[in-house]
Amino acid sequence: MAASRIAARELLHNIKLIPYYQKSSCLFIRWISTSKFQCSSQPLEKSALQQLVGVVGLEIHAQISSNTKLFSGSSVQFLAPPNSLVSFFDASLPGTLPVLNKRCVEAAVMTGLALNCTINKKSVFDRKHYFYADLPAGYQITQQCRPVAVDGVLTYSFLGGRKRNQVMRKNVYIKQIQLEQDSGKSLHDDVNSQTLIDLNRAGVGLMELVMEPNMSCGEEAAAAVRELQLILQALGTCQGNMSEGQLRVDANVSVHRPGEPLGTRTEVKNINSLRYLARAIDFEIQRQTEVVQRGGAVLNETRAYDSKSGETVAMRDKEGLQDYRFMPEPNLPPLLVFEDEASLPAGVEAGQAVLLCTLRAGLPELPSVRRDRLVQTYGLLPEHSFTLVNEDGLMEYFEAVMKGTSRDPRKVIGWVTNELLGLLKQQDLSVSHSPVPPAALAELLELQEAGRISSSAAKQVFQEMWRSPGKAAPQIIQERDLGLVSDDADLHRICQKVVDSHPDEVRAVRSGNQKVLNKLMGLVQKETKGRADPVLVRKILQEKTS
Amino acid sequence: MLGLTLKEVSLAFREGRISPTELCRKCLNRIKKTQRLNAYIAVTEEFALKQARQSEARLLQGIPKGPLDGIPFAVKDNFCTANIRTTCASKMLKDYTPPYNATVVQKLLDQGAVLMGKTNMDEFAMGAGSTDGAFGPVRNPWSYAASYRTQAGAASDSDWVITGGSSGGSAAAVASCTSYLALGSDTGGSTRNPGALCGVVALKPTYGLVSRHGLIPLVNSMDVPGIITRSVGDAAITLGVLQGADVRDSTTVPAPSALTELPEDFDVRNICVGIPKEYHAPGLSEETLAQWSRVADLFEKAGARVEQVSLPHTQYSIVCYHVLCHAEVASNMARFDGLEYGHRSEMKSSTEVMYASTRHEGFNDVVRGRILSGNYFLLKQNYQHYFVKAQKVRRLIADDFRHVFGSGIDVLLTPTTLTDAACYHDFTQEDNRTRSAQEDVFTQPANMAGLPAVSVPTGLSQRGLPIGLQLIGPALEDKKLLCVAQWVEQSVGFPSISDCENTQESRKDPGATRREQTSAV
Repeated sequence: MAASRIAARELLHNIKLIPYYQKSSCLFIRWISTSKFQCSSQPLEKSALQQLVGVVGLEIHAQISSNTKLFSGSSVQFLAPPNSLVSFFDASLPGTLPVLNKRCVEAAVMTGLALNCTINKKSVFDRKHYFYADLPAGYQITQQCRPVAVDGVLTYSFLGGRKRNQVMRKNVYIKQIQLEQDSGKSLHDDVNSQTLIDLNRAGVGLMELVMEPNMSCGEEAAAAVRELQLILQALGTCQGNMSEGQLRVDANVSVHRPGEPLGTRTEVKNINSLRYLARAIDFEIQRQTEVVQRGGAVLNETRAYDSKSGETVAMRDKEGLQDYRFMPEPNLPPLLVFEDEASLPAGVEAGQAVLLCTLRAGLPELPSVRRDRLVQTYGLLPEHSFTLVNEDGLMEYFEAVMKGTSRDPRKVIGWVTNELLGLLKQQDLSVSHSPVPPAALAELLELQEAGRISSSAAKQVFQEMWRSPGKAAPQIIQERDLGLVSDDADLHRICQKVVDSHPDEVRAVRSGNQKVLNKLMGLVQKETKGRADPVLVRKILQEKTS
Repeated sequence: MLGLTLKEVSLAFREGRISPTELCRKCLNRIKKTQRLNAYIAVTEEFALKQARQSEARLLQGIPKGPLDGIPFAVKDNFCTANIRTTCASKMLKDYTPPYNATVVQKLLDQGAVLMGKTNMDEFAMGAGSTDGAFGPVRNPWSYAASYRTQAGAASDSDWVITGGSSGGSAAAVASCTSYLALGSDTGGSTRNPGALCGVVALKPTYGLVSRHGLIPLVNSMDVPGIITRSVGDAAITLGVLQGADVRDSTTVPAPSALTELPEDFDVRNICVGIPKEYHAPGLSEETLAQWSRVADLFEKAGARVEQVSLPHTQYSIVCYHVLCHAEVASNMARFDGLEYGHRSEMKSSTEVMYASTRHEGFNDVVRGRILSGNYFLLKQNYQHYFVKAQKVRRLIADDFRHVFGSGIDVLLTPTTLTDAACYHDFTQEDNRTRSAQEDVFTQPANMAGLPAVSVPTGLSQRGLPIGLQLIGPALEDKKLLCVAQWVEQSVGFPSISDCENTQESRKDPGATRREQTSAV
């Protein structure tokens, strides 16, 4: 019993530090537990053939990270005063013309390359017409007919299997990536029955990514979007913040029996977090399954996710089927992308052209490559590589710590994903705002590695470093007398005291129950406030109980 | 003085024979005297005088900006002018004041040219008569010339003739000597058509050579700012100022060469003139045909090669032009919803009701009709059948021209219009659509193909009204085209309107000397 108490205390100690960590960096794991639907990754058995399964495709609007809008020189900024970032073109003043922003094109091409797309050397812009108050021109400039990138694939992984520690790798195909304008925002004032329009967002560059219906449940969709988010952030082409609307995900959901044609789909909108995406999809699959099982028919409609109730509700239909009356945008010449400088036609300057070779060479390390590298280089578990890559800046932090310490990476990862991330989450800080820089943590770990402090003392030092930024580990150890007690005489004295006062336990050890030795060790550590060198203590206790 | 060329006025300024302010006042007076033409929607008198004074100061300091400094000009009311109302002759934009200048307007202002006012037109440039605008029809200055009054036996004021359109106000402004040059817009002939009917030079440059930024569009893929002057040389000087790439218009291209003055010694013997046989269209008047033959003969006699050529798809051009035109119109007009600018209906029970009534009240029947048909052509089930097919035919038409120019033809000679100007009364018997189809028949193929074309007045009809012929050149060969046009101008001896003007004011104006002209006949 005593032994289990020690273990429990250790456990409690850890839990206190990591509740937030569990919440966010194990996103995939959590979703599974909240999912009403479990993805079936096993081959279907004959009896399961009649089972209805979900089919999920996604349409994702990613706001391009750019200083200016897609076709005008207005700044792009979140939360600016209403209508303060509106050029004549954005307000669709008559006679104004679109001028394509090269940065936005490069962002779309880079994204296309990162998603293994075919880049169309020549793409064109189209007008998509509909009347809406926050669409001042009465049409959106988009790429319906020949988009900048097509036929890509996104490989995403998530932790599955019985223990949720098995890496599941899946593919979702990218039909196309198109450049298009964002709309403005309408603010409906029901009290005064008026609508206020803010055109700050009107004309901001978007990449619309159309994913084929290759997913089967909320968890897969959320994992795919998370992977996309990481890729976009790694590329710097989109900040990817869903709650600020930089990444907007609409889900096309249907159910069918495997082998049969796809069912009628609904489009689920108004999803502003990954968790809601998973829940909305799973709810919708469940809802459609029930409709079909009751013998009803799923309506082709747009539904909104209500995060409070966790349900999807039918949206007011926009006067039936829209005919967008697409036509080519006559004010923009075809968008040309060139392989390299050598392939430029006469009269086109290299500085003005979009060159594939340059963009390809500038692609950063993508998340999947990072994860593989972490596993291979440091011998980490796959789930740890997920945590490191998922948290912005955490991988860099980890690698910086590794540069300053000779400790086993598998020990270091615990510090980074438990102690550090736990405190960061507790205080809602990003990695870059950690009060303990990686070098300081490395120094602490070196002290532990050199046997200067015990692991539990190291944790106390770390807490103190967190509270007093800038204070180095040796200083804290000295001030608080946390150095390892390895003085033979001292340890002998303390061990003797413990042995003397616990005859029952000593007898148990002597009669062969070595587990009880751990209890005695815990008691010694308690006496020394965790500062005793465990190796020495064990040796001394063994001597005294033999 | 008002009848001089730009070069002559520029010289007169420098020699101190007249000052920009005096000239500006003369033009302003003349605008008042010719008010019945209804050529201007707005006269910018104060602004004009201010600019003229600035120009005068520059001249006195001996630092004029160039050949256009102090020159009065007029601008069609579909080019945006900063802080000056720009209406497109529509109720929709009746009170609309743009915050910026169109690139072409800015370029003229930068050269010190003096803006006299904004000229009348068909609503949103949809028309071929300048009779379908919210501010009433434009009257052709030749309606009051002695040639027409006596020869056609016109007596009453109701016999006045139309200017053609849609840039009728600009053509009338230049023809009536209230401005030395005027900007028009040319989508299917809207500059050349009134140019021909008003007896002035009307140039539609190559698509992309002149910026459309600030031109309120009719058909983006065909619109070109047009230049209306009283001589080809003036048009060349103006094009020289306006041409060139504009970062605000992604469809512009750099000018192939600088353009200031045309060579006086252009040798027409090196030129091969094509006469497209398909332009012998039904409805072509005897007199226009006669002018066409006459000028072709002049070329031949002067040693040019004149050949009949074929542009086989010409007959399909006008109908395809209308499909493409209406489709783009439907799209371009979508922005006029009463929210950001322009007319807004009082009916506001819902946003949709407000849209509908705003657009119903703001647009005339012609505009609404084109929006309706254009949207029909763009519907998913019709798109392939109408829009795509019309685009394909457009390519064939462009190919026709390419083949002809590729076979050694330098320039095509065609009529600009079927006949001379119609009486307003007769013209308005037909609906706008029918008239547009008739009037644009010779002019819109050049827009479909993006080619430069210029209408040059060549003679007067028996009614005493101008007849013009059109020259079409290969893309970006605007300069060569103007050289040939100048040769035609020098050869035909077209009379100045002031010679034909039998009114008090013309006789009182001793400066209105006749340009030196040579007749090759």
